[in-house]
Amino acid sequence: MEMTGAEITVRCLADEGVEHLFGYPGGAVLHIYDELFKQDRVKHILVRHEQAAVHAADGYARSSQRPGVVLVTSGPGATNAVTGIATAYMDSIPMVILTGQVPTHAIGQDAFQEVDAVGITRPCVKHNFLVKDVRDLAATIKKAFYIATTGRPGPVLVDIPKDVTTSRCEYEYPDTVALRSYHPVHKGHSGQIRKALALLLEAKRPMIYTGGGVVLGEASAELAQLVRTLGFPITNTLMGLGGYPASDPQFMGMLGMHGTYEANMAMQHCDVLLAVGARFDDRVIGNPKHFAQEERKIIHLDVDPSSISKRVKVDVPIVGDVKDVIGDMNRLLATMAQKPDEAALAAWWTQIDLWRGRKCLEYDRTSALIKPQMVIETLHRVTGGDAIVTSDVGQHQMWAAQYYGFDKPRRWLNSGGLGTMGVGLPYAMGALLSNPGQTVACVTGEASIQMCIQELSTCKQYRMPVKILNLNNRYMGMVRQWQELFYGNRYAESYMDALPDFVKLAEAYGHVGMRIDKPADIEPAIREAFARKDDLVFMDFITDQTENVFPMIPGGKGLSEMILV
Amino acid sequence: MGRLEANASPESVMKHIISLLLENESGALSRVAGLFSARGYNIESLTVAPTEDPTLSRMTIVTSGSDEVIEQITKQLNKLVDVVKVVDLSEGEHIERELMLVKVRAAGKDREEAKRMADVFRGHIIDVTDKSFTIELTGTGRKLDAFLDAFEEGMVLEVVRTGASGIGRGERILRI
Repeated sequence: MEMTGAEITVRCLADEGVEHLFGYPGGAVLHIYDELFKQDRVKHILVRHEQAAVHAADGYARSSQRPGVVLVTSGPGATNAVTGIATAYMDSIPMVILTGQVPTHAIGQDAFQEVDAVGITRPCVKHNFLVKDVRDLAATIKKAFYIATTGRPGPVLVDIPKDVTTSRCEYEYPDTVALRSYHPVHKGHSGQIRKALALLLEAKRPMIYTGGGVVLGEASAELAQLVRTLGFPITNTLMGLGGYPASDPQFMGMLGMHGTYEANMAMQHCDVLLAVGARFDDRVIGNPKHFAQEERKIIHLDVDPSSISKRVKVDVPIVGDVKDVIGDMNRLLATMAQKPDEAALAAWWTQIDLWRGRKCLEYDRTSALIKPQMVIETLHRVTGGDAIVTSDVGQHQMWAAQYYGFDKPRRWLNSGGLGTMGVGLPYAMGALLSNPGQTVACVTGEASIQMCIQELSTCKQYRMPVKILNLNNRYMGMVRQWQELFYGNRYAESYMDALPDFVKLAEAYGHVGMRIDKPADIEPAIREAFARKDDLVFMDFITDQTENVFPMIPGGKGLSEMILV
Repeated sequence: MGRLEANASPESVMKHIISLLLENESGALSRVAGLFSARGYNIESLTVAPTEDPTLSRMTIVTSGSDEVIEQITKQLNKLVDVVKVVDLSEGEHIERELMLVKVRAAGKDREEAKRMADVFRGHIIDVTDKSFTIELTGTGRKLDAFLDAFEEGMVLEVVRTGASGIGRGERILRI
């Protein structure tokens, strides 16, 4: 059947199974919006700023196995989307972003609302396309979904000029895609897998370190089986939390700049390290030279070969789908007579227990001021540890990561790679849409929340009962912490002056606001908020301004050079 | 263009010739060039043109870096969706050629000298005026450097170099 490009665009989304589309209309995409109006298969969520459309779609993807989909207009629509796209790219989140473009004949003429969207986004997408001919439109959209969701996932942008949306051609949505230059690897090399297992079984001080790849690769069950069979300690990166149950005794907590003492010490002093779906980034291992001072064998399993031996030299690389490869490891392990070295392992756990005895996450529970850590622990208790928790970026993000204790994957949504303030509220919106009925909490701070505060309006329109926990210390807390520790207490521009009254602000948007300033009121307030199932509740916790996040590895230092409380 | 990775010690830095086949599509070149600048890799030269298959372009990049950096460069290139194949020609026997056009002063006593130089280096004089010659010369980058060095100061008026193209020796073939 012959259709216009606008009809084709909407039909492609429907045929791809897209249920929710996050967007904001504008001149170049008006034909597409007109087609959206005429159908009911794809539901459009109107945000208040394009950045939030991308973050919401990103949160939708992080909390489900489905890609997030975005539609924005040309020019400022596309540039406003860039922060969201870069955020998703850094954390390998599958997304398809459709941008309007000026008509093909106007491209390059500095037309109204013209911007080179493909050029601007090139460094922060997995791939992007400019569709110049309506006959290429359906196949391009199919390719975009295929590339976004396979291999190491990532955002893919499709730029559609306005005249392409009015041109007509026969519509056919391809079932499959063949790209001669793109072949994601699934199976791991069996020889490498054998080598890895041999190393693991010989290990005296083994350590398993897993990242976002386990969550994205849906490999938690396989990982849990492997870790329990081996009896080894395991740590997760910030992006990997929930990939292994935090309540399990083999779990050592998060590692890295604000990781636990025991996880960082074990990482530094292990003799065999199995890294899965993680990339040894600067926030995880600190200074790579310091990390290299201790001798250890490293096995690195990742779907992206370029993540292997990038920052740290690896002894046994395994390229493949993490679910597939860990599954193979489990099967092979079951057939092997050799078992892990029990005596060595017992000695290693004794050492680990000594490190654990340092109790690095202790804090003053008797303070008359609200300690932010206590808010997170109470949130865990009230939600039974089963909420989807989103965060923004800063101290509150680290406290949520340290104290919530995620037992399941896709329950912890935050901007790990790019560190984008403002993602928390839109992430919560996306998570609610992809997990209807699920409890969703947004842990934020008074600085971050103001970066996408306008979305309180979207939440009202679509009745999104997000529970916002604002850890309000009247500072950009993490900036303040660095200024206290490394800049002689000179708090340059980190004080949040002239803050709004968040209770009134929430009420102005039609929501419920609460202010909590005494430790004794934390739990009753959280209980009341979560009892209001259908309401968005904004809890403004007035917290201790001087509280810092510890442990902390100062910039440029090594894993064992932590500052402790 | 870029600069070397800070951790590469000078003695471990080697010149490499990387050959790629990529989709002959607008934007493919900027993806490759953008990758090098974004990740701080060095480009000494880059040449690209369509192949016998018009949907494919062949690109030769001359770069330098430690083994770790070169490994990352080839991995990152392979990751680009428009890149079909990547090979580091320097890993095996290969042939490298570059074309240069040089305009030299050729008045009075310089005229005979310029002609003799072109002959010695097996160049061709392809344009002549009463004050200048334009010489075409093909060879490795080093040969072209040597040719330019052989002229007296001030004789060379203009230089155009294509950058190196490379191909594997013998049966080594880069195709899909």
